[in-house]
This record gives sequence, structure tokens and C-alpha cells, in this order.
Amino acid sequence: MNKYKKITLDGLIFQNPTLMLVLGTCPTLGLINSAMSAAGMGLTVVVILTLSNILISLLRKVIPNEVRIPCYIVIIATLVTFARMFLEYFVPDLYDSLGGFLALIVVNCIILGRAEAFANKHNVLESAVDGLANGFGFTLALTAMGIICEILGKGSLFGLHLWNFKIGMFSSPAGSFIIYGLSIAVFVYIIDGFERSRRVKANKLARENLLKEEV
Amino acid sequence: MGTFIAIVLAAVLTNNFITAKTYGICPFLGVSKKTSSAVGMGIAVTLVMVLATLVTYPIYTYVMIPLHIEFLEIIFFIFIIASLVQMLEKIIQKLSPSLYGAMGIYLPLITTNCAVLGVTELVIGDMSNIIGAASMNVGWAVLYALFAGLGFTLVMIIMSGMRERLNCYKLPKAVSGFPIAMVTASFICMAFMVFTYITI
Repeated sequence: MNKYKKITLDGLIFQNPTLMLVLGTCPTLGLINSAMSAAGMGLTVVVILTLSNILISLLRKVIPNEVRIPCYIVIIATLVTFARMFLEYFVPDLYDSLGGFLALIVVNCIILGRAEAFANKHNVLESAVDGLANGFGFTLALTAMGIICEILGKGSLFGLHLWNFKIGMFSSPAGSFIIYGLSIAVFVYIIDGFERSRRVKANKLARENLLKEEV
Repeated sequence: MGTFIAIVLAAVLTNNFITAKTYGICPFLGVSKKTSSAVGMGIAVTLVMVLATLVTYPIYTYVMIPLHIEFLEIIFFIFIIASLVQMLEKIIQKLSPSLYGAMGIYLPLITTNCAVLGVTELVIGDMSNIIGAASMNVGWAVLYALFAGLGFTLVMIIMSGMRERLNCYKLPKAVSGFPIAMVTASFICMAFMVFTYITI
């Protein structure tokens, strides 16, 4: 069980694809001006990433090593095509707000990165957990930044009007860049502090044990 | 002539790929530490964008629309781009080893670059906003791709200049690297927002 806990924590926090590894930046910067489209993009990526991880993990013994990247791209492109048809038919509002970024999920580094770094070396269950963890790490980061940008830029939250105060810059790419950059800085600072305190605690424990042994 | 100017202004300034559409951010942040590598990456991206549009636009209009298989566009386009990049790499390697030495390392990265897939999707979709769907043809599509690539290169060069200057300053650990690069990019975006007031 510990193994799955580690995979989940890595995907959500310590190896978070958006804030720690800074992958998949184009949809992040393009869509965080509204919390709704950011969350929609995140959930679409969760589904596609989990399915692609499962499929690639199932096929990892079948796909020859030399042509693995084209095979992965075809699998991902097929999944994105299905997702696009599904969204166009059932959720046309979300389809419109995602715009060109829906097709660009194919070239999202997170999905190909997880396929290459994780799914082709691990079994189906681990790959599925990894896909879910990384997908939700991406979704949570995007939604959090989307909420900040939308409150500052439009004075609303998930489309709900809050107040008339708004700074137009935050609903343009300039604002997205600033919010994304500052979010990375704050997140890295917090994680660094957390790891440092954990290391200090571990050192203290080791020193006490050593002292006990000496006595 | 009016259409030409409209396309050039839209592609380079008002609808710049990085500052207005946020396409192709991975190479923009990854390869902009030095001006020489930024120029190499910009030229490589421009070349692939032009070639990809030259191939995908006719295939879409003359093969996929008559056969009613538009829904396969993503699979077709990504496959065309991937094979094109591979082919280009081999050709450059054979023809000019020195150019390959300067540009070769950027080429494989371009397959998974949003800007290339983005431009092939844009010329079959949003382009009608600029010049109208009826007068759209391969020439305009390739022209748009060329100037979008040049706009991308322009912003890459500005960014690399600013990042080279930033190296002279000592920054806190949490801010150095990506965060400060993004704040810098934000200032470039703000400067480019001025161009949205251009109307033709």
C-alpha cells in the first residue's frame, strides 16, 4: 500500500507536473483566466492521462522499443479525438471555452512524459494510479490559479459575479504569466521549507540515537 | 495588399503566438537562456511551421473534406508533423553538417511543440476571422505560418536578451529559474498588449 501512497503523493505534491516540473505550460497559461475552463481542461486531462497510461502499460510488452514514441502519439491522438467528439456533443460550452487547446492535449508534455517515464515500466494498476495522481495534481494547480486569476481579472468565481472590482490585465496572458510564476515560487518555497524541517527532524532523531548509544 | 498587411500584423503583433495565444511556451521558457540558442530554435520552429502548413492545409482541403474524415485531423496532423521533422533532420544532416550542428538538437523537440500543431489547426479554423473563409487558400495559410513563426522568433530573442541580463543579479532561490522567467515574460506580454489597439 505504501507504494501507491508514494505514487499519489509524488503526483499531487512533490513531483506536481504543473508547479514542480513545469510541464504542459501552454494550456495552463491559456486557460487559467477562468476557473471553469481551467477545471474543465484539468478533468479532460485526468481522463485522457489515465486511459493512455492504462493502454500503454497494457501494450508495453507488445510495442517494439524503437518505434515506441510514434505508437504512444497515435494512442494519445486517438484518445484526444474521442474526447473532442464527446465534449463537442455533450458539453458544447466547455468545448467552446477550451478552443484550440483541446486538440493541443496531444502535444501536452505531461501525457507523453508519464507514458515514457512511468507507464512503460510499471504494471497496469500502478500506471492507472499514477495517471490519476498526476492528472489531479494538474487539475488542482490549474483550478487554484484559475480561481485567483478569475477573481482578480473578472471579479467573479466559476462564472458567479462577486463584485465590480477587476483588473483587466489578469484575464490576459500577461496576468496568467505573473500568477503562474508567483504560484511556482510560493509552492517551491513551501515544499522546500517542509523538506528542510523534515530533514532537520530526521537529523535530530539520528543524533539522539547516537548519543543514547554512546551513553 | 490589404490582406497581406492584415495577416502580417495579426501574426507578428496582435495575435503573436506567445504573447496573445500562449502557444509554444515550452521552448520559449526552455531554450531562451542564451540569444544564440533562441535564434536557432526560432528559425527551426519557423521552418517546421511553414513546411507543416504547406503539407497539412492541402491535405485537409483536398483530401479530408471531400472524404468527410475531418474528425481524423488530429491523428493525421500529428503524424505528418512527426514524419516531417524526422525527414527534415535526416536531410539537414546529409546536406549541411554545420547547420545540423547548430540546429539539430532543437529539431526532435519540435514534434511536441504546441506552436506547430497549433498553426496547422489555426489555418483551417480561426483564419477566417482575419481574411474571411471564402478567400482562404494555401498561399495565405503558408504566409500566416511564416509570419507567426517570425513573431515567435522575435519574442524568443527579446526574452533571451532579458534573461541574459537577469543572470547578472543574485535572486532568492525560490524565485530564480522559472518564476522570474515567467514574470519577465509577463512584462513582454504587457508590452505586446499595446498592439491590440491596432485596427485595420
